[in-house]
Amino acid sequence: MNTNPIIRVENVSKTFQLSRKQQKSEGTTRKEIVAVNDLSFTANQGEIFGLLGPNGAGKTTTLRMLATLIAPDHGDAFIDGLSIVSQPAQVRAKIGFLTSELKLEDFFTPNYLFDFFSHLYNIDNETIETRKKALFERFGIQKFAHVKVANLSTGMKQKTSLVVSLVHDPDIIIFDEPTNGLDVLTARTVTDYLCELRDAGKTIILSTHIFSLVEKLCDRVGIIINGKMTHCGTIAEICDGQSLEDRFFTIYQDVMERSAQ
Amino acid sequence: MKSNIGTIIKKECSRFFGDKTMFFTNVIMPGFLIYIIYSLMGDFFMKSDVDEEPTIVYVENMSETMRPILETLPYKYVTSDFNATSIKSDLSKKEQNYVFLAFPAQFDSIINAYSSDSVHASSNVSIFYNSTSDKSKEAYYLLSETLNHWEEGVCNLFNINEITKENLRYDMASDEDVIRNYFGELIPLLMLMMVFSGCMAIVPASIAGEKERGTLATLLVTPLKRSELALGKVLSVTLFTMLSGLSCFVGMMLSLPKLIHADELGLSTSMYQTSDYVALLLIILSTVLVITSLSSILSAKVTSVKAASSLMVPLMVICLFVGMLPMMMSDISNAPYLFLIPVFNSVQSMAMALEQEMTATILLITLISNCLYALGLVWVLTKMFNSEKVMFSK
Repeated sequence: MNTNPIIRVENVSKTFQLSRKQQKSEGTTRKEIVAVNDLSFTANQGEIFGLLGPNGAGKTTTLRMLATLIAPDHGDAFIDGLSIVSQPAQVRAKIGFLTSELKLEDFFTPNYLFDFFSHLYNIDNETIETRKKALFERFGIQKFAHVKVANLSTGMKQKTSLVVSLVHDPDIIIFDEPTNGLDVLTARTVTDYLCELRDAGKTIILSTHIFSLVEKLCDRVGIIINGKMTHCGTIAEICDGQSLEDRFFTIYQDVMERSAQ
Repeated sequence: MKSNIGTIIKKECSRFFGDKTMFFTNVIMPGFLIYIIYSLMGDFFMKSDVDEEPTIVYVENMSETMRPILETLPYKYVTSDFNATSIKSDLSKKEQNYVFLAFPAQFDSIINAYSSDSVHASSNVSIFYNSTSDKSKEAYYLLSETLNHWEEGVCNLFNINEITKENLRYDMASDEDVIRNYFGELIPLLMLMMVFSGCMAIVPASIAGEKERGTLATLLVTPLKRSELALGKVLSVTLFTMLSGLSCFVGMMLSLPKLIHADELGLSTSMYQTSDYVALLLIILSTVLVITSLSSILSAKVTSVKAASSLMVPLMVICLFVGMLPMMMSDISNAPYLFLIPVFNSVQSMAMALEQEMTATILLITLISNCLYALGLVWVLTKMFNSEKVMFSK
């Protein structure tokens, strides 16, 4: 494995202001919530790096900052040397980002959407056709390539989203909960493909709270709790002889006890 | 890297023109409906003038002096073989559509004995009617007006604008000027209404709808510049709103002669030249650009189509009020600086183009200022697309 850090996250923080409505629904009087607090880590080229943490830990916020959808309040992150703060458009050209929150327009077909997103990345027509053929074959999309997204099943939509996020063959892929909401067959297709991408030298950073997925896929893991990175390393380094699940709960209890004090 | 504005416009066009229902309801149907409705309205007014059965007027003690005058009115007179008491009492029943006219006994003798220096008590002519019936009410007004007019004529000193056999014309404006003035007052308001109805159907679905469905965020993770996205969206919705507005305009221009009975009045819309239509088209295009840009901003501010449509209502009310100004005020100044005011400049310029009073300076000021406003609004929209608070607020 290459130890050249292609993603460098340096002291990144993000705070969200809470509206009165949000304060009410959260049952708090706090006017703001710290989603990510002084977070730093690196991901090396050709590895799958997993961000593991409970709901609300700050995983999605971290990935959205890396995808330049939102900007950090403090700190910066560098994707292949490009700053997410000062060079967001160049960063977006380098990465593929997929989350279940990003949707495809129901009116269009996978075939149209592949072409449309390829044109946004300024890919020439010949390359578009070659990549489309390869990816559609890999995910079995040819069967429904000309069916409107509105008429596709959840699994088909997810496969289409995955393919559309990879039209430009990015070297860095950011996945927020990659198997969330997928049936077992589609989930298996996606995880197998992630391994293929890693073997092809791509860097993948993903967030999840599924331990088995981390154990199966990830070369290195960062554990995030309450917006802070508590542990970062290979699974063997973090687990220290325990199962990942047991180790995670020990870490979680320690953090919660310390924050209670 | 080449601009992606074209890619966005192409996608929006594929969405709009590819969806037959959307295209039909926004482009074909508005013009078609306006043509049908206005034509039917014109036919209806015409029919109500011509085809109606005459109103029955029961007359007690018919005056032989008044008979020739009354017979010029389009009513059927019944002067005998009726029971005056029951006719009068039946009139109190709802929707009775006749009139009961009662002259006093010896009415003709009283009239004939009248001289301007005689002093005597006035005799009373009674007209009983039922105001819940339009026919009864109309007959009452016409009968009383005719009788009053005749009564004034008895002690006549002078008339004003008397209708003569030669049909002398007192309004010195030409028919063409009258129709120009009419169009200048009416069409700017109708155009604004059409632009807004098109806008309200198209803009919220294109911007707030994409936010609501989560498809806008998918675009934001691509290298697409926010300014390209904003300009692409505004130009697309402008094109669609323009098509919708043009459809309404064609429907309106085709049906307007029927609505105002132009054939019967000897009026024609052929007095306009190509340059008038070009000026009007450019003004409408620049107006649509301003209104769609403004609507896009309102649409980007909220997270649902419903909220965007609600937010556009106050804007529509303000713009329609401005559109009514030519009708309400006859002495609006044409000072060039006033044509820098958005919407007002469009309304006034449209009125001037339709009245064939447009000057090159005024046209240029209107077009340039509208384009500059639209550019400024696109810049604001770009800022909004860059703002995570606006784009990802929940």
